[in-house]
Amino acid sequence: MAKITFITTDNKTINLEGTSGSVMQLAVDNGVPGIDGDCGGVCSCATCHVHVAPEHVGKTGEASEIEEDMLDLNDYSNERSRLCCQLEISDALNGLVLQVAESD
Amino acid sequence: MSDSHTKERICVVIGASHAGVNFAFSLRKEGWEGTIVLFDKDPVLPYHRPPLSKAYLTSEDGIEKNLLKSAESYEKEDISLNLGVLVHSINREGKTVQLSDGRVQAYDKLVLATGARPIIPSIPGIDTATNVYPLRTAEDVENIRNAFHASSNKRAIIIGGGYIGLETAASLKKLGGIVTVLEREERILARVTAPEMSNFFMQLHAQNGVDVLTSKNVVAINNADGVNTVTCEDGSHFEADIIVVGVGIRVNLELAKDAGLHIENGIAVDETACTNDKDIYAIGDCTYHYNPHYRRHVRLESVQNAVDQAKVAAAAICEKNPIYNSIPWFWSDQYDIKLQMVGLSDGYNNILIREEESEGTKLSMWYFKDDVLLAVDAINNAKAYVLGTKFIKGNNKVDKLKLADASISLKPLNLLVE
Ligand SMILES: Cc1cc2nc3c(=O)[nH]c(=O)nc-3n(C[C@H](O)[C@H](O)[C@H](O)COP(=O)(O)OP(=O)(O)OC[C@H]3O[C@@H](n4cnc5c(N)ncnc54)[C@H](O)[C@@H]3O)c2cc1C
Ligand code: FES
Repeated sequence: MAKITFITTDNKTINLEGTSGSVMQLAVDNGVPGIDGDCGGVCSCATCHVHVAPEHVGKTGEASEIEEDMLDLNDYSNERSRLCCQLEISDALNGLVLQVAESD
Repeated sequence: MSDSHTKERICVVIGASHAGVNFAFSLRKEGWEGTIVLFDKDPVLPYHRPPLSKAYLTSEDGIEKNLLKSAESYEKEDISLNLGVLVHSINREGKTVQLSDGRVQAYDKLVLATGARPIIPSIPGIDTATNVYPLRTAEDVENIRNAFHASSNKRAIIIGGGYIGLETAASLKKLGGIVTVLEREERILARVTAPEMSNFFMQLHAQNGVDVLTSKNVVAINNADGVNTVTCEDGSHFEADIIVVGVGIRVNLELAKDAGLHIENGIAVDETACTNDKDIYAIGDCTYHYNPHYRRHVRLESVQNAVDQAKVAAAAICEKNPIYNSIPWFWSDQYDIKLQMVGLSDGYNNILIREEESEGTKLSMWYFKDDVLLAVDAINNAKAYVLGTKFIKGNNKVDKLKLADASISLKPLNLLVE
């Protein structure tokens, strides 16, 4: 089980708990604003963009090539950007804090 | 209009899939305080359709792993979701809809998100053949999976070489099937891509052990002892334990038509997704709408269009004056290939193919009309896809010589004509 915190673009904090599935699905199921997951979690839509808190990059690991490429020209991406449909919930993510990225 | 007044208003949505569900949530987000009522004849909680022919078909997951929104989300946003209910007719004068269970529901604003249904071609014998399924709903997948697992020979014939047919072929192959695709046209994906792309996918399927056969017009299906024999116009026969039909869709526009709404190649809507009745909107696969970038009317079958039109309609109903102005995009996953497409390629007169110098398959096809970039098809190449999106949106002029040179990396500054 993992406790995951989302900070929305208007600075609200949403604390959730998940056991399996992707972080995107957890966010969508709980209506986290700014995480839409339009493609269902296959790296095609980039509507699940988050920034991992600097101290937690070790928990999530690095973005894969397709994630980086999808966010390549995104105005709101940074070196801690992830598409959270690619983050699988496990104990390792316990305590993770994610900032929901802005979008146009 | 005062707030108290707004609370009493009712917005009814017919169809709870990508368009209808996204619309309902967007409408709340835009500030609608009134009632929102969604109806769908499908009894299952609304789910993502694209995975049905892809990862979901090969998984053992139940549909609950694939939902658009959780059941609680509808409650939380006070959206009344009514499943297993068919809407029978629309009474525009009385502003009501008639439901199949006899009830009548009043509306102030009505949204048609009725989508489309698969075409079942009138092939002699198709009615008596066993295990023949289209692929549009969760129930279809359930049927295909069950028939597949129950079959010992696992010979699958896919009628139609479009995206859904090809994805289904790849998925059933992955599950251990003996799979043949029969396409009536001279090439697969003829309606949606260039011949070069058709060739790419022909080879991809051949490499993966799926027979994709073109110029195969199915004219009869005979069933004897539970085995189907599919016969083509050229006399060839194929035995099949399962037949999946993927020959395209027909728009669900009967409700709109009977109500006297303006119909063209779909339900005609303006740039705010409004029909010719100011209180009735239409969104998603069922609409025929104007695309400002390409300056023509189109009907699209994509998640992008369903979601974007849903947002526009929600904003319009909340009087925010939005305009639908999106560049269409789409994807398809087959085997380990990810195809991402942006733009509309119709009307192109030259194509540029770029193959990256990396290991593995990574290429992109750039469709131009003269020097104007219309569309990009990117294979395992999200970089090309996002760059193409940017160039198309910005109406940028691209240096084709540089673009064709794979030693020049895919970065805006490298490729723009000054
Ligand atoms: C197998 C498959 C794979 C796909 N892959 C992709 C892909 O990779 N990428 C992509 O972008 N798109 C893909 N699509 C297309 C995408 O799913 C559609 O564009 C999208 O579902 C359109 O959404 P919609 O809400 O407009 O219509 P639909 O999804 O067709 O939904 C319409 C809903 O209205 C309901 N309805 C209709 N009439 C009535 C009535 N009278 N009363 C009550 N309910 C009614 C129907 O039951 C249905 O649930 C795929 C589609 C399929 C089937
Ligand atoms: S959900 Fe579409 S990219 Fe993550």
